[in-house]
Amino acid sequence: MHTPHFRPLDVERIRKDFPIFATTPPLAFLDNASSTQTPRPVVEAMDAYYNTYRSNIHRGIYRISEEATAQYERAREKVAQLVNAPRTRQIIFTRNTTESINLIAYSWGSTNIQEGDEIVLTVMEHHSNLVPWQLLAQRTGAVLRFIEITDEGLLDFTHFHDLLTEKTKLVAIGHVSNVLGTINPIQSVITAAHAVGAKVIVDAAQSVPHFQVDVQQLDCDFLAFSGHKMCGPTGIGVLYGKLELLEEMPPFLGGGSMIRSVERDVSSYAELPAKFEAGTPSIAEAIGLGHAVDYITQANLAALQVHEQELLKYAHNRLQEIEGITLYGPSSPHQKAGVISFNMEGIHPHDVAGILDTHSIAIRAGHHCAQPLMKRLDVIATARASFYLYNTIEDVDRLYEGLCRTQDLMTRSQRRRVG
Amino acid sequence: MNAYQEDLLDHYENPSNYGTLPNPHISHEEDNPLCGDRIRIDLLVEDDLITEVRFSGHGCTISQAAASMLTEEIEGKSLTEVKKLSRDDILDMIGIPLGPVRLKCALLALKVLKAGAYGITCWPGEEDE
Ligand SMILES: Cc1ncc(COP(=O)(O)O)c(C=O)c1O
Repeated sequence: MHTPHFRPLDVERIRKDFPIFATTPPLAFLDNASSTQTPRPVVEAMDAYYNTYRSNIHRGIYRISEEATAQYERAREKVAQLVNAPRTRQIIFTRNTTESINLIAYSWGSTNIQEGDEIVLTVMEHHSNLVPWQLLAQRTGAVLRFIEITDEGLLDFTHFHDLLTEKTKLVAIGHVSNVLGTINPIQSVITAAHAVGAKVIVDAAQSVPHFQVDVQQLDCDFLAFSGHKMCGPTGIGVLYGKLELLEEMPPFLGGGSMIRSVERDVSSYAELPAKFEAGTPSIAEAIGLGHAVDYITQANLAALQVHEQELLKYAHNRLQEIEGITLYGPSSPHQKAGVISFNMEGIHPHDVAGILDTHSIAIRAGHHCAQPLMKRLDVIATARASFYLYNTIEDVDRLYEGLCRTQDLMTRSQRRRVG
Repeated sequence: MNAYQEDLLDHYENPSNYGTLPNPHISHEEDNPLCGDRIRIDLLVEDDLITEVRFSGHGCTISQAAASMLTEEIEGKSLTEVKKLSRDDILDMIGIPLGPVRLKCALLALKVLKAGAYGITCWPGEEDE
C-alpha cells in the first residue's frame, strides 16, 4: 500500500459552507459529539429533493419517483463505500445509531440469544448501546457482563479476556467513547471475540464521522452510526451487517416495502436491504447523508483526523493550565478522538456550560447518556468539548478564556465573603 | 455579563436553611434525571403553618440557589398559601432568563416541595398541559 497524501484541511474555506458560523462573534460550536452542523451542499441536496423531485420511492411509475429512488439508492452506495462494505445491500437505513442497535437486539437477538448466554459490554457504553441489551437480557434471561476500564479510561484488556468464555454470544462495544474520547482497540476485541465464537457489534457513532472505518478490515459483524454526527441531517442512521447474518435474521418492523408478498395470515419478505426498511423511509435525510459523506470525504477523513488531533492536543495543554481542572480519559491525546471531558473544582458543569453560553460557546454538560461511566468516574456529570472539521484554534482559545471567566465569576462571591 | 447575578451566587455560596431536620413531618427528595441535580426538602408543619424548613442536595447554581430562595419564601407561611406558588414566582426570584433545560434546574425545588406536601408530581407550570 502506498502512503496516502493529503492536503491539510482548509478550515477557513470549510467554515464558509456553514451559515451558522456567519455571526460575529462566530459561534464556537464545541458539542459535535452530540450533533454536528450542516454544510450548505447537504441542505441544498435536501432542498432539491423537496423542490424538484419530491415523491415516494420504490413505488411510483413516474419520472420524479424514479429520480427519488435513484438518489436514495445512490446515498446507500456512498455509505457502503465510506465504510467499505462488500455489498451495498449490507447497508440498512435506520433513524439513528439507537435504532440500528435496537434492530440487532430484536431481530438477531430474538433468534440467537438464550437464557444463560452472555453479552459483553463495557462500562463506557452510551445508553443506546446498553439499554437495548438490558431489554434483550430481560426478555431472554441472558446475562450482561461489563469490561472494566482503567483509571485513565482505557479498556482493561485482561479483564476482557477473563470475561470471554464459550457462553459469550455477543460483544457490544463503542469504537470511541463519547465521554472520554478513548479509541478502543476494536480490532483486537473483534479477533478475541471471534475466537470464542461470539459476534461483535460496533457502536461507531463517534468513529465513522471522524476517521476511516473499514468493516472488512475490522471484520465486525455489525456496525452502527448516525448521520447527524457527520454533517448529515437528523433522522437518518446506518446499520451495516455481514451478509449471511442479515439474511438469516427475521424482520424487525413489519409493514410496507419490506414484503415480497402478503397473504391474509402470512407474508414473505423482501430481499435485503428492503427487509429491514419497513414503511416510507427518511428519503430527504438519506439523500442528505449521501451528500454529507461526499462532503467529509472530499475534505478528506485523514486530514480531518489530523486536524482534530491538533485541536485536541492544543486543548489538552491549554485546559491543563487552569487551576482546579480535572480532565477525564486517556492523558495521551494519541489514544483519543476529539473529545475532552472535564470538571472544574467547586463548579457544577451546568454552570460552566451556562456561563460559556453567554459568550457564544456551546459545550455539553451532563451525564452524556453514560450514567454507568459517570458512576465509575465517581462524578455526577462532566463538561465536555468535542471537535469537528470546522473548529479552530481560536475556538479552543475562547473556550480557555471562557473557563477562566467562569472561574472568576464563580469564585468572586467566595472571595468577597472570606475577605 | 450578569448571567449570574450576585444574589443568585450568594444563595449558592451561602444557602439559607441548608441541612436536614431530625423528625420532619414532611420529607421528600427527587432528582432531575437530565442532569443529576438532587434536592431534598424537610418540613415541620404545625396547624398548616410551615414552622421549619431545610433543604439539602447538590447540583448547579440555579437549582441550589432556587432551593435556598424557596425555603426563605415559605418559612412561616401556610401550606395553603404555599400551594399557590407557581413557576413564575420561582422565575421572579431567580431574576434571569432561563432556557428550557435550566428551567428544570430552577423548578426542581418547587417540584420536590409540591410532591412532598401535596402529592403533586408534575413539573410546575405543566399542571394544565
Ligand atoms: C457512542 C454513541 N453511541 C450512540 C449514540 C446515539 O446516537 P443517536 O442518538 O443518534 O442514536 C451516541 C450519540 O449521542 C454516541 O455518542
